[in-house]
Amino acid sequence: MSDITKQSLTELVENIKNKKLSSTDVTKAFIDRSEKSEELNAYITNDFTSALDKAKKFDQKPNLNLKLPGIPMAVKDLFCTKDIKTTAGSKILNNFVPTYESTVTENIWNEGAILLGKLNCDEFAMGSSNETSFFGNVQSPIDKNLVPGGSSGGSASAVAGQLTPVTIGTDTGGSIRQPASFTGIVGLKPTYGSCSRYGIVAFASSLDQAGPMAQNVKDCALLHEVISSYDSKDATSIDFKRNHYSKELTNNIKGKKIGIPKEYRVDGMPKEIEDLWQKGIQYVKDCGAETIDISLPNTSYALPTYYIVAPAEASSNLARYDGVKYGFRAKGENLIDMYEKTRSEGFGAEVQRRIMIGTYVLSSGYYDAYYLKAQKVRKLIKNDFDEAYKKVDAILTPSTPSSAFKIGEKTNDPVSMYLNDIFTVPVNLAGLPGISIPAGHDSKGYPLGLQIIGKAFDEQNILNIAYAMEEKINFKNRITDWWIK
Amino acid sequence: MSKKDSEYLINRKDNQYEVVIGLEVHAQVLSESKLFSTSATKFGAEPNTQVSLVDAAFPGMLPVINEFCVKQAIKTGIGLNAKINKRSVFDRKNYFYADLPQGYQISQFKDPIVGEGKVILDMPNGQKEVGIERLHLEQDAGKSIHDLDPQNTFVDLNRSGVALMEIVSKPDLRSPDEVNAYIKKLRSIMRYLGTCDGNMQEGSLRADVNVSVRPKSSKEFGTRCEIKNVNSIKFMQMAIEYEANRQVDLIEEGKTIDQETRLFDTKKNETRSMRSKEDAHDYRYFPDPDLLPLEVSEKFIEELKNDIPELPDDKKKRFIEEFKLSPYEANILVSDIDTAKYFEEVVAKMGKNKDIKLAVNWITGELFAVLNSKALEISQSPVSAKNFAILINLIKNGTISGKIAKTVFELMIDGDKDPQKIVEEKGLKQQSDPKALEALIDKIINDNREKAIEYKQGKEKLFGFFVGQAMKASGGKANPQLINKILKKKL
Repeated sequence: MSDITKQSLTELVENIKNKKLSSTDVTKAFIDRSEKSEELNAYITNDFTSALDKAKKFDQKPNLNLKLPGIPMAVKDLFCTKDIKTTAGSKILNNFVPTYESTVTENIWNEGAILLGKLNCDEFAMGSSNETSFFGNVQSPIDKNLVPGGSSGGSASAVAGQLTPVTIGTDTGGSIRQPASFTGIVGLKPTYGSCSRYGIVAFASSLDQAGPMAQNVKDCALLHEVISSYDSKDATSIDFKRNHYSKELTNNIKGKKIGIPKEYRVDGMPKEIEDLWQKGIQYVKDCGAETIDISLPNTSYALPTYYIVAPAEASSNLARYDGVKYGFRAKGENLIDMYEKTRSEGFGAEVQRRIMIGTYVLSSGYYDAYYLKAQKVRKLIKNDFDEAYKKVDAILTPSTPSSAFKIGEKTNDPVSMYLNDIFTVPVNLAGLPGISIPAGHDSKGYPLGLQIIGKAFDEQNILNIAYAMEEKINFKNRITDWWIK
Repeated sequence: MSKKDSEYLINRKDNQYEVVIGLEVHAQVLSESKLFSTSATKFGAEPNTQVSLVDAAFPGMLPVINEFCVKQAIKTGIGLNAKINKRSVFDRKNYFYADLPQGYQISQFKDPIVGEGKVILDMPNGQKEVGIERLHLEQDAGKSIHDLDPQNTFVDLNRSGVALMEIVSKPDLRSPDEVNAYIKKLRSIMRYLGTCDGNMQEGSLRADVNVSVRPKSSKEFGTRCEIKNVNSIKFMQMAIEYEANRQVDLIEEGKTIDQETRLFDTKKNETRSMRSKEDAHDYRYFPDPDLLPLEVSEKFIEELKNDIPELPDDKKKRFIEEFKLSPYEANILVSDIDTAKYFEEVVAKMGKNKDIKLAVNWITGELFAVLNSKALEISQSPVSAKNFAILINLIKNGTISGKIAKTVFELMIDGDKDPQKIVEEKGLKQQSDPKALEALIDKIINDNREKAIEYKQGKEKLFGFFVGQAMKASGGKANPQLINKILKKKL
């Protein structure tokens, strides 16, 4: 079987279960392709040798009842993996090897998957283009010198480029959905509390969620089913009845009410995006769903709110990287000097910018005007969604206000970079699930995505809508293998 | 300085100053594991042997609240007659230090678990009520050790994450004596509740002391200084005395007092400026997003209320009513829970025909003396309550005299021996046979005729001589009351 890496997760699982493929065959194929794909710079750390050993071991005594039997998988380098270096894309953790495993990855290995390696990402998941990584930017498999999006840029690139069948990313303000949209794949940001945050390097604790990234909706549903679990080690994990998302997946969305929020029609949005959105509206109608115009009046405050809340939490979460206990330490004259040098040399510019913003908005005299106000607005944004969900079952929006941009194009303009998250950020602030699916191409042939936002814990519903739309859209990602010599 | 009507005032020329004190007591929660992790909390363990990944703030580690510590805090709140807040919030207090692995301390800032309450102090001139402002839960930091190496500081994280209750008083205290009484009362209440062992040597109880002074008649507060982390009552008192005088001197010299944080130097007996208000940390408090607000139900609180033992104030009241003790005696017995326990056990073991007054005198006299000399806690008493009760009964029913009882008690200490057996083995039983005693006294009078005549002529002092002779002749075992009676008759 020559085209192993082109197969979907669902196909691979089936072929392994039917013994048409061994875990070794599959693992080898993805390792081969990963090795040929160094130019993408998708990996920070590979674990290929040990992956192959594990695959062989699996094949000797295959447990085919597992959900991911012998499936190789690379994961974002924000997930702590036992005995495998975990960097969060930062110099400050360049030598950090955890002695523990994140709950989400643990769930994956427990279902039989095998770690291929750790994928590149923006430093501490702060970025929308994967250009803030200490380990260099990631190339998009869509085109040379195109960003894959961020912060889960390595993850998006690896899935779109078929370096891994599926992967997991993390999404704090759009870090799964935006890169999924940029690279023509499916990415789900689950409801806050659905996936444990235990063992994930924290960026903004009240917004961070892990989620699946895949070639198609069904694979996405299967992986979500594996990673979502209640975890007593995370006080914000929620104990609710989880679906068998892949088994219960259906394209029957007849009679579903889909909200179309007028506030997402932002100034300066390219016509291509508007056209795509209209196409999306037509698709859901074709599937028998009904669209309803709704209003989410506080949408325009979401981005500024996010850029207060997230840096505030980050400034505190990143205080632990001080050179005292683990990670990078610079030499200093005394404790304070050591702190300053360690953190100045260990953190990149974007991380330092956000630490400074966060420190500022929390400082006395500014707290009420920034942080406290942002928390109030956050509540209003959540209320908007609550109101809307009295009338509709889900909401359809574009995933991003534009397609992928060139490497370096926005690095000197943080605000324009931040604007990338304009459609995804409100979902994190409200703690809701959102999925981005590929829905078309722009004039340059770059993928464009649509986002379906659901009610809390209603992942099944948005997966179903995505599944039904996917069939109608019949998207084909244009991967030319440009990076393979 | 003068103490008029037991008021603590500082005198300068024509001016009198009142001292206003408020305390922030840090009490370590008595708990097997830490506030947000499962690490052990044993005192004196090898450095860095009681540290989890959470305590050391490894990437991706998350705090999970220890329910037991929450219960302990609520119980303490109940013991302080305080309002229990059904909803409280954990905040992050951000600052950098080598022994603070997270770079922030998880504490409670705006919404503490316990609100306003009060404690009653028994002062020589009556009772005094001290208001409690709040009690909140927080994590302790690790320990920096600066004196093991000339170049480096060592960090021990065993204490990192241990649960503390910060108990903030209102500025109601007015003297070092009141501070002494307040700390002891808090300690007593928490030991009754089993929520803090109150061991100041091990750092389980320490305090930040806020001191200000004001002219005696003034109703407005002066500028206060906070003396950080004082770990004994004696040092607190010394620090307050020094600090109050320092502030008064400044005022007398026409200078202003800067609001600042100060340290107490125990060797030089002085407070020193640590940082001024301008240099005060901006802790950037905000709700910890890793923890949801802590919500407890009415039922949860009620169940804990049912679990509260009789506390010192109630016990004191009962001792006075039930055992007819004086308030003074009751105070001594209830202030330490183990003393109260011992006393009540003695009372129970003494049975029906008991002499409680006698038991109290013996506990506060002989027993306390022995414990003191051996530096033992009453819980380690070499004499069990059971044997102690037997001894008191032996005195009460006239089997032995009080004097002999002291000899018996000495012998009981070694191995908690049964006093009954000692009395039998050593033949220490009191002679109460009137015929035998009469014969004995007849002989003494016969041998000392001249003295007997002198006594009859009015030298009454000699009565004691005859009693002494009789006791000596009986080997100390004669019943003194009988001797007196017979001597009076015969002389």
